Amino acid sequence: MRKAPSDSAYLSGIIGGLPFLLVLLPFGLLFGVLGTEAGLPLSQVMGFSFLVIAGSAQFTALQLMTENAPVLVVLASALAVNLRMAMYSASITPHLGAAPLWQRALLSYMLVDQTYAMAMQTYEAQPERSVRWKVVYFFGLATPICPLWYGATYAGAVLGATIPPEFALDFAVPITFLALVAPALRTLAHIAAAMTSVVMAVLLNWMPYNLWLMVAGITAMIVGAEVERRMSLAKAKLT
Amino acid sequence: MSAYSETTVWLIIAALGCGSYLVRLSFLGILGNRDLPEWVLRHLRYTPVAILPALITPLVLWPQATGGALDAPRLSAAIVALSVGVWRKNAIAAVFAGMATLYGVGYFLG
Repeated sequence: MRKAPSDSAYLSGIIGGLPFLLVLLPFGLLFGVLGTEAGLPLSQVMGFSFLVIAGSAQFTALQLMTENAPVLVVLASALAVNLRMAMYSASITPHLGAAPLWQRALLSYMLVDQTYAMAMQTYEAQPERSVRWKVVYFFGLATPICPLWYGATYAGAVLGATIPPEFALDFAVPITFLALVAPALRTLAHIAAAMTSVVMAVLLNWMPYNLWLMVAGITAMIVGAEVERRMSLAKAKLT
Repeated sequence: MSAYSETTVWLIIAALGCGSYLVRLSFLGILGNRDLPEWVLRHLRYTPVAILPALITPLVLWPQATGGALDAPRLSAAIVALSVGVWRKNAIAAVFAGMATLYGVGYFLG
């Protein structure tokens, strides 16, 4: 038996997800290439994209592993990059929280930057939609997005084995990170956090076991949050 | 990468996978529809811009491939990627501009 409303929800989800393929394809390819160049076998490169399914955390782990950082530092840093997803999880719960647990468990696996951004935009524009519609829409979004991430990683890993080491691909990781961070520098608070992070990384570079990364990250997070708090206080005083 | 055995790498992948999944599941699956305190949300907003710049900085200033010496192609590639990213708000454009600068400046300097 066909259920008309969910059919259209699924279709509009797929259509909403399609533009993100342009972003995911190059980053997935790049992760595959760099993972292979770093010496990971195909199974482990794919393991990253299947199980972690988060570009910036995967690149963070890969970079720290090529520096032979301690396992705990690799894990803590890559997970810290993914902590933003707790915020995604919290803010999408008013829309999807009433769905059955098995659906929420599946949706959580597919909660990535792109599905989150697009779903929230749609849910806020159409708050009258049923929970079922919203769930099906989310599955629609993930339908092109998740498989493409695996496919692009696979293609990159196969391709990476054929790229000669003369290409200065070591620097593709910093370039990728810069490209991911730059568009996020939207407010004074974001810029202050990023500047703190850079200064702390230089000042604390003497610390062993890449510990400077954690200290710099936590300090910068506090600075960003504090600047935001003061900015909103100042704004409140003006009005 | 030589510091890890194959098993260790699998452990890293599995732990990262579980950790990331639990972060995603946190509210949607476990904590449910309750509000995060405002100060927690405020800190979470800055996790990517707090960690990634610290990770990038030494890679740009002291690249391993040059034995830690500041290097014109890499430095200019970083500046171009950052500028294009801020200006266009487009990560893909920033990657292409950065890589083009890396190869372009590297070629002209021989």
